[in-house]
Amino acid sequence: MTQPTPKPQSLRPQAATFGLSEGEYDLLVSSINREPNALEAAIVGAMWSEHCGYKNSRPLFSAFPTTGPQVLQGPGENAGVVDIGEGWGVAFKMESHNHPSAVEPVQGAATGVGGILRDIFAMGARPFAVLDSLRFGNPDSPRTRFLVNGVVEGIAHYGNAIGVPTVGGEVTFHPSYQENPLVNVMALGLLRHEDLATGTMGEVGNQIIYVGSKTGRDGLGGAVFASADLSEASQADRPAVQVGDPFMEKLLLEATLEAIESGVVAGVQDMGAAGLVSSTCEMAYRAGLGITMDLDKVPTRESGMVPMELCLSESQERMILVPVPGREQELYDLLDKWELDVVNIGQVESHNNYRLTWKGEVVCDLPVALLNEAPKYTREGVESPDIKAARERDLSGVPQPGDCGAVLLELLSHPTIASKRPIFQRFDHQVMTNTVVVPGAADAAVMRVKGSGMGVAATSDCNPRFVQLDPYTGAAAAVAEAARNLACVGATPLAITDNLNFGNPHRPEVYYQLQQSVQGIADACRALNTPVTGGNVSLYNQYTQGDERVAIHPTPTIGMVGVLPDISRRATLGLKAAGQTLYLLGEHADSIGASQYLESLHGLEAGRVPPLDLVLEQKVIDGTLALIRAGLTDTAHDCAEGGLAVALAEMAMAGSIGLSVTLDVPAEVRTDALLFGEAHSRVVVAVQDADATENKLRELGVPFVRLGESGGDALTVAAPARGLHLSVNLAALTLAYESPLVGILG
Amino acid sequence: MSRVSALWRSWHDYEVSVVKTAVIQFPGSNCDGDALHAARLTLDPNAQFVWHTEAGLPSGTELVFVPGGFSYGDHLRSGAIAARSPIMGAIKAHAERGGFVLGVCNGFQVLTEAGLLPGALGRNRDLHFTCKPVHLRVENTATAFTSAYSQGQTIEIPIAHGEGNYYADAETVARLEGEGRVVFRYLDNPNGSLNDIAGIVNERGNVLGMMPHPERAVEALLGGEDGRGVFQSLQGALVK
Repeated sequence: MTQPTPKPQSLRPQAATFGLSEGEYDLLVSSINREPNALEAAIVGAMWSEHCGYKNSRPLFSAFPTTGPQVLQGPGENAGVVDIGEGWGVAFKMESHNHPSAVEPVQGAATGVGGILRDIFAMGARPFAVLDSLRFGNPDSPRTRFLVNGVVEGIAHYGNAIGVPTVGGEVTFHPSYQENPLVNVMALGLLRHEDLATGTMGEVGNQIIYVGSKTGRDGLGGAVFASADLSEASQADRPAVQVGDPFMEKLLLEATLEAIESGVVAGVQDMGAAGLVSSTCEMAYRAGLGITMDLDKVPTRESGMVPMELCLSESQERMILVPVPGREQELYDLLDKWELDVVNIGQVESHNNYRLTWKGEVVCDLPVALLNEAPKYTREGVESPDIKAARERDLSGVPQPGDCGAVLLELLSHPTIASKRPIFQRFDHQVMTNTVVVPGAADAAVMRVKGSGMGVAATSDCNPRFVQLDPYTGAAAAVAEAARNLACVGATPLAITDNLNFGNPHRPEVYYQLQQSVQGIADACRALNTPVTGGNVSLYNQYTQGDERVAIHPTPTIGMVGVLPDISRRATLGLKAAGQTLYLLGEHADSIGASQYLESLHGLEAGRVPPLDLVLEQKVIDGTLALIRAGLTDTAHDCAEGGLAVALAEMAMAGSIGLSVTLDVPAEVRTDALLFGEAHSRVVVAVQDADATENKLRELGVPFVRLGESGGDALTVAAPARGLHLSVNLAALTLAYESPLVGILG
Repeated sequence: MSRVSALWRSWHDYEVSVVKTAVIQFPGSNCDGDALHAARLTLDPNAQFVWHTEAGLPSGTELVFVPGGFSYGDHLRSGAIAARSPIMGAIKAHAERGGFVLGVCNGFQVLTEAGLLPGALGRNRDLHFTCKPVHLRVENTATAFTSAYSQGQTIEIPIAHGEGNYYADAETVARLEGEGRVVFRYLDNPNGSLNDIAGIVNERGNVLGMMPHPERAVEALLGGEDGRGVFQSLQGALVK
């Protein structure tokens, strides 16, 4: 083979157009001892982008625990996989589609669903649940309504059509997401251990099969697009957003799973960010081999496409399959049954290069390792003095509310807390007939595993206000909340995937948030025995308008998966009967720091995030699980945004049964802190047998407080010693809680 | 059967009587597995898939279950392409022989497109896909699909569709009503269907189309068993 024709002059001055810094361009030149051509520079730029190469974030990841007896597949593959027992595994991963959704919300969100599903079935797992973690700006603005409606329509369009239930997630609103909404999609798939597939090229001589949609000019350079700040000009960058076809994906899904279980494929990978290049390049790297591909063979949707477009298009619904040698025809026949186009575009070679030909010439010839080993940057993080000041602000002067019932109604009607029913009713959450706990009914979704007595639970969590004010504690708290949510349905937490959404890491105050968050996640995961099996990084969630740079609240979304060994022992949050005793596992809140109450009622995002005690957290989780599994409770709910009062209200509304609680707490604790403070590690349960419950909790050393009992048609909270008597009837609570999102959705 | 399909298969407590059931699979069907699971649980442990390119049904087929989903991605019109696939000839012949055909959701759309049932299903009144449990009134228990219910009984069954708005011309609707062929009616119409129609049978009473999903309501674990009546009725009609 001949070397690519050297360019007469250096492309160094244009390095930025390829997504490379001048330093990175120089590194490329010195690594290959020649000037790259434009295609090569663009390929390196895509592979070294944050989206593919994690150059700013990877050095931090060594802090993560990634192993454990439950981990079948850790980070580095299309998705992580955990063992749930009886020969079953769950593949799961979360991925962002933030930048595309900011520009074209319907297709941005739809292709976000499509992309993560391909990651799951590429592992040999049948996707069986999707969760969406969505963040939007000011709920009253037309832009937010446009984005919410578009994103919901996109998820519905794709998820409903392909037939994977959307079972949960979270939706929050805060002005920092006004220009940069976050669309994080988590998917879970079920597999038998023996069907676990990997994204490898296998051995020398193997064919490289392209299957699925033809390649068009859509999504061109998406990985680079997603690795830069948004600006007004980004709105004109719509061609960088892909268009999804769930029907094609359904065919690919069925065909891929059939191929994997028939044993005719050696390697599988989807074409995601940076398209054909990143998929084939990563597969070659995992095999430690080189490849040669003929770009003339790439099926195209439009005429006149050039190598740059063929390589970097992010057209959706395309996969790379590597057949087991000798079984190629079986694979072709199987794909033909599903009416899919199949092309052999290259083969695996003994050299170590990524070699592409076009019209008979070598147009790219670069070492596979170079492409896959992006330079790593460790930056200096410095905390923003403004944030530090907000955290340390003295809150003792914040006035106590006169009417706590009115405060409760106001919190329930905040779109972040209010019912998400208008959204989840647009998603098919029951297809596949596994959904045992539907959206809104509990702190996590629960799916049964047909043919076993087990269940799988999943949740996604992050309180960005906590992370903004204290990234270490806030990120650790997201892990703790996720684990607690799983415990509240009766599931043992197993492992996490994370989606790290941050601003521009070149800014020291943003890098500080990233650094601290990663450490917080790592420490919490270690303490709670939930290793990290993979994740996704979305940086540059920042909007530049003139001189002003608006970064999102740092949002490390945690997706966690757990197992219910016996699905008949589970819990939901709605009260089930009158006359049951209510307990708080954990300890009462004693501060209003960093709370939704402080933000909504006093306009302050300030104060210390409540301290997180991971030993206490583990106790509360163990206590909750023990009560559920002993059959002592089937009603559990954690306290999060809005604190104890909102948690109690949600339990009453979901069960259409009132409750009455008496709080006996020393007078130095503020009443608003007690009701609306957001201390972690708290779970409310309702039980029939109070004595047995107390004995069990004492035996396990779990701190608890007896709150009161269920019954009546109002939520009543009294603290006679401090003159508090709050009583709101269920109808008023429900009206406040159910209406806000109806108004936002068109 | 393949291992991945085993996700749909392995339910241990099959009930005893056997109604030979074929679940039709089109490209894009997505309730095919649910239909098979429910059929195996309630009617026929050996119920099987039949691929849309087949020219005939397995011999002895008594019930054809046309499942929900997005056959052919709803391209052209929902159900339109599937209604013209090779297997439809065999399904029509089966219906003409008096064999039973159950079409749910997209299956109902396919049956109207194929001319096995009158009318059409348009976009929901609010133009949005909706997934939620709805209440239905059983209007006619004198059919092979509804005999296990009691007349006027209220049942709860989930819907999940964007195009379930039943429409037919006034004369057809009057005929359906007059002949007692509206078998399920919504109590709180979720999609704008004429006369709150949720499910209808053909003249002979051996073909049922309905938008709600009875196959999603056959297990208490999943929130309710009100859909079982459809399968129990069929069992009564077929197992002597």
